[in-house]
Amino acid sequence: MTAAQPRAPRAPHLRWKRVMALKGASLTLPFFLGFALFTVTPMVMALKESLYRKQSSGLGFGDKTVEFVGLDNFVQGFEDAKFWAGMGRVALFAALSIPLIQLAGVGLALLLDAASQRLADRFRLPLLVPYMIPGIVATLIWIYLYSPAVGPLTPFFDLIGVHADFYSGSMIWISIGNLIAWSSIGFNMLIVYSALRAVPPEIYDSARIDGASEWRIAWSIKVPLVRRSLVLTTVLSIIGTLQIFSDPMLFRSMTPETVTRDFTPIMGIYDWAFSQGEFNYAAALSIILALVVGTASALFYRLTNKAPTS
Amino acid sequence: MTTTMERPTGPAAATNSPGKRAPARRRRTEAGHVRQTRRTKALIITGLALFTLYSLAPVWWLIVSATKSQRDLYTTNGLWFTAIHLKENLQQLFTYQDGIFLRWMWNTLFYGFVGTAGMTVICVACGYALAMYEFRGRGFLMGCIIGSFLVPGALLTIPSFLLYTDLNMVDTPSAIILPSFFNAFSVYLAKVYAEGAVPPELLEAARIDGAGEYRIFFRIGARLMSTGAATIFLLGFVGMWNSFFGPLVFLRSSEKWTVMLGLYSWLKVKTDSSVDLTGMVVAGSIISLIPMVILLVSMQRYWRSGVTLGSLK
Repeated sequence: MTAAQPRAPRAPHLRWKRVMALKGASLTLPFFLGFALFTVTPMVMALKESLYRKQSSGLGFGDKTVEFVGLDNFVQGFEDAKFWAGMGRVALFAALSIPLIQLAGVGLALLLDAASQRLADRFRLPLLVPYMIPGIVATLIWIYLYSPAVGPLTPFFDLIGVHADFYSGSMIWISIGNLIAWSSIGFNMLIVYSALRAVPPEIYDSARIDGASEWRIAWSIKVPLVRRSLVLTTVLSIIGTLQIFSDPMLFRSMTPETVTRDFTPIMGIYDWAFSQGEFNYAAALSIILALVVGTASALFYRLTNKAPTS
Repeated sequence: MTTTMERPTGPAAATNSPGKRAPARRRRTEAGHVRQTRRTKALIITGLALFTLYSLAPVWWLIVSATKSQRDLYTTNGLWFTAIHLKENLQQLFTYQDGIFLRWMWNTLFYGFVGTAGMTVICVACGYALAMYEFRGRGFLMGCIIGSFLVPGALLTIPSFLLYTDLNMVDTPSAIILPSFFNAFSVYLAKVYAEGAVPPELLEAARIDGAGEYRIFFRIGARLMSTGAATIFLLGFVGMWNSFFGPLVFLRSSEKWTVMLGLYSWLKVKTDSSVDLTGMVVAGSIISLIPMVILLVSMQRYWRSGVTLGSLK
């Protein structure tokens, strides 16, 4: 793959090769300088900040001193009932919503794959429309659809005899889940569908000759073949869902009583940092959340017996 | 891959291996598409149609609602038109607070274009170099890129805020634009693309002709990678257009906000005071997604290939 092909090792030649490789490597310099400043530095800062705490001396506003407190912030974080309540909410939500959304995405991809080429082409673009809608706008649309004042959904459910209050505590996660499903099923479908199209059709032909039904082919051949893509979309969903922020934040504008300010872990962190000014504690909570997200992703990889690909 | 393929079809694959040499039947051509009963076909179409309805109905509601006056929004059926009030809505949207909405649209476009253009140049160069040259530390750098995929954005935001405060970047456009230049996923996409699109022999030939490495990159490498670069640009631009957490944390004064942040502030107004801007949020939403839909529909080829590149490699 690489340009450096082995040549006769002569000294002047080698120097020329080395200059070439060095010049090539210098093309990566702008990126890695920025990466060091904007990714690595914040990571190191998070670790450092989490070990300090702002101590206010007496009543004074002005003279707050920053003190080294070791792992005190982490101890406080691990005992923070509100933070862990948010984490529990989000973890439960992830455990229920991600499999359902994945299932819907696979089902849709299988439907599209089973349809004729002409039909598939006709349906693919409309199915991807939600993917093109910016996430905030998608949330805004659904917030209004759920709204008892402007949305058509409440009257519709009243019509069939169900009184649904989409903003209530018991419904809020279903409402958010449906919104996320709406925005992400199309994208998941596209990834799985691309993987399905990469399968040589002869495999299906030989299965058909052996008398396998279309259902059997879908379940026993197609699903195992797209497993790798499923693992990818699932890990992305786990990472994204555990850090859910913008959707509940927007719902909070409509129902501040249901969606409290520490409803999800990130909302709690945001609140600690920017409403209460406790950056050190917020940094410690960020690290705890990052550990949880990392563990969850790693655990999932382990369970599906796949290592992160490079 | 082969092991997973053969497990369910073990006997089939064994007995039918000569069959593979038979003239390949195209599965999806209309003639070759056999063995689907009418019922199966009806089921498939119904399933797809239901999903399509689910996908499109909310957008339909948004389009209908944008044409209504705020009073009609509350009193009439949301799924069909009443008195068309679109022009007045847009006029109100564009003139509210001296046209702050247009300012937000312009900001978003500006941050998006500058940020993504810089990102594309930097990340394509980096991906190209990682794919085309053997040098010391290359493995380590690749490891950094892959590893950073697993770092949750949550970890970075709070310390980034402190860092930008030190650099005097908070509440300036550079807090949005500069960090967006360095996107690890784009480097990864660029590397994968370069491996497929740039033949090393061509670079060797250029070298023999006496071209320098930088010249080779700008004259040959970058040109061969233009499709990949377009994909990277598109995905980056969409990401910046949709971003919310970053602008929320790093931008304070409303004349610097992006359009998503502005719409959020209008939604929030209702809880803070008794002003109701619902009509403007609806009209603003539809204006804010028009550029995205145009861009994504017209450049389908690019982002679809990007999705496939990222998932299959």
